[in-house]
Amino acid sequence: MLDFEVFIQQLITGLSNGMIIALIAIGYTMVYGIIELINFAHGDVFMLGAFLALTLLGALGMEAWGPSGQIFGVALMLIGSAVFCGGLNWSLDRLAYRALRKSSKLSLLVSAIGCSFVCMNLGLFWGGAPMKVFSNGNAAAAPKDFPAIIPQINLLGDGFLRITPGDLLVFAVTIPLMVGLTFMVKRTRLGRAMRAVAQDPTAASLMGIPVDRVIGATFFIGGALGGFASVIYSLYNNTIGFQMGTRAGMDAFTAAVLGGIGSLPGAVLGGLTIGCVRSMSDQYLETRWTNTIVFGILVLILIFRPNGLLGSTRREKV
Amino acid sequence: MRWRPGPIFIILALAAFLPLLDIVLPPKLQLCEAVRGVFLYAILALGLNVVTGYAGLLNLGIAAFMAVGAYAFGILTCEIYPFQLGFWPAIALTIPIGALAGFILGAPTLGLRGDYLAIVTLGFGEIVQDVLKNLDVVTKGTQGINPLPAPNFGGSQWTADDEYKWYYLFFALLVLTVIAVRNLERSRLGRAWFSIREDEIASRSMGIRVEKIKLIAFATAAAIAAFAGGLSASVLSSTGEPSNYDFQISILALCIVIVGGIGSIAGVLVGALVMVGLNSIVLVKATAWMAANGIGSQGNVLLSPNNWKFLIFGLALILAVRLKPNGLIPPRIERAKQ
Repeated sequence: MLDFEVFIQQLITGLSNGMIIALIAIGYTMVYGIIELINFAHGDVFMLGAFLALTLLGALGMEAWGPSGQIFGVALMLIGSAVFCGGLNWSLDRLAYRALRKSSKLSLLVSAIGCSFVCMNLGLFWGGAPMKVFSNGNAAAAPKDFPAIIPQINLLGDGFLRITPGDLLVFAVTIPLMVGLTFMVKRTRLGRAMRAVAQDPTAASLMGIPVDRVIGATFFIGGALGGFASVIYSLYNNTIGFQMGTRAGMDAFTAAVLGGIGSLPGAVLGGLTIGCVRSMSDQYLETRWTNTIVFGILVLILIFRPNGLLGSTRREKV
Repeated sequence: MRWRPGPIFIILALAAFLPLLDIVLPPKLQLCEAVRGVFLYAILALGLNVVTGYAGLLNLGIAAFMAVGAYAFGILTCEIYPFQLGFWPAIALTIPIGALAGFILGAPTLGLRGDYLAIVTLGFGEIVQDVLKNLDVVTKGTQGINPLPAPNFGGSQWTADDEYKWYYLFFALLVLTVIAVRNLERSRLGRAWFSIREDEIASRSMGIRVEKIKLIAFATAAAIAAFAGGLSASVLSSTGEPSNYDFQISILALCIVIVGGIGSIAGVLVGALVMVGLNSIVLVKATAWMAANGIGSQGNVLLSPNNWKFLIFGLALILAVRLKPNGLIPPRIERAKQ
């Protein structure tokens, strides 16, 4: 393999993973945009979505289905995880965050950290479920294999470069979602209500916007995107574990901050950047330094350009 | 005015007499070794309380400073390095080293908003862990640095069996920390911390140099955490592996502060007893008891008490913030408001 081809290959992997990170990052950015909360539990909601997908896959015996059946299976997992993660994220807002709207931001953040730990523990319990896909309940904490029901073939024939159906799936799912979301935020009633609440909740409620319901909808949509992301992540990377939410969450949060928190195109740009940085660092440096590099970027961005690449400058109000 | 014992005094006095209880209790129920852990985390949480409780800056990477202290103690004392200091000089040096680490992280980040600062400290915590793991030439990677010296009084070297000596050493150092932190709280510096926590802009216009005061809070917390790290390395005779100082430890310290009472020393002491008690006394003893009685097979994830740890931490944080935002023992300021 030529050096240049290695580089292109890493770029493809990086962009695919980057799109997944971007989808999670949108969940952070939407919630932050509307109530200025870093929803710590978002990564763990994503993780639980992957566990639900594996449960569905195992319970329905999707591995034995034919090729067209498996396309149906993937669609089923996508919808199932999206509804589940959306609902879960909505419930977290309802149960743990809504009562704290008037408290300090730090109490809200502490509550979100608590939710993250609770969700992580639920994932640990779920990993011990007595099912074949969860190794019959043994070694609950160990990572689980996610069966590769997408064919692992090279669409470019026998060349050096590989583009797999997995890569196509990532783009086929993420791009329509992002386009749809942008349309929703810019053009629909709900989108306008969200932007109004983000700008000024009090004024929005005086205009008759049901603020709590709009915030709840934001949590649902953000969570649902995380659910979609969890299924394509699992199909693309083929291994899931109860601690993966922390890693994925930090990558996605870094992406959201890098692009400018609150900005949808920013989250996508940030996600793609972080995905590529990770794959390049894996290739040209050492894998064990990759996390350090991502965290390093996060710290440096926050210090030198806290509004991100595409974020707007806003002074903190008195 | 007559002197009345405050809650801090009562808690510490009870702790001083705890070893007497161990004499009567059967060996299985003895508490001293576990309570030593409570003292250690109480010191760590008193450090976190300075930055998060007094100055209102959420720090999610306090465990990183504990790691700095532990590894500094290891490198200063272990026979494979050139320094080879004894226990006392090394443990004293962890304090300025920790303060320096806090200063290095704090200086560029203190202009950030509260939630961004929290994320930077979290990132720093992860970076420190990765660096310690990956720089195995210096830090011995996952093996940790060992053996490390224990203190010696009167010529004889302590061992792990000298339970009561360790107990009273930790107790004495906890008392010293409490006195130091209490004096800080009531000083001009402490009042400046409270002031910027309540309103940064108002404090600035009253002439408080906000950046400098925040930086001192950061460095003080880091120094106390590093001191706790050095102590922990000494009692284990090893720094342990870098993942001993992970996000879980930072969250345990945060739970202690939030549950006990944010900004309240007595609260932190009670919080340490409750949280560390749950974490390393109740869960550990329950696991041992279940193993002894044959309950719980390897297979069932729900039957291992250790698997409930995250759930307990998480619920403690959610419920404390929701139901008792000032903690079990609120600080004096909050009590005065009521």
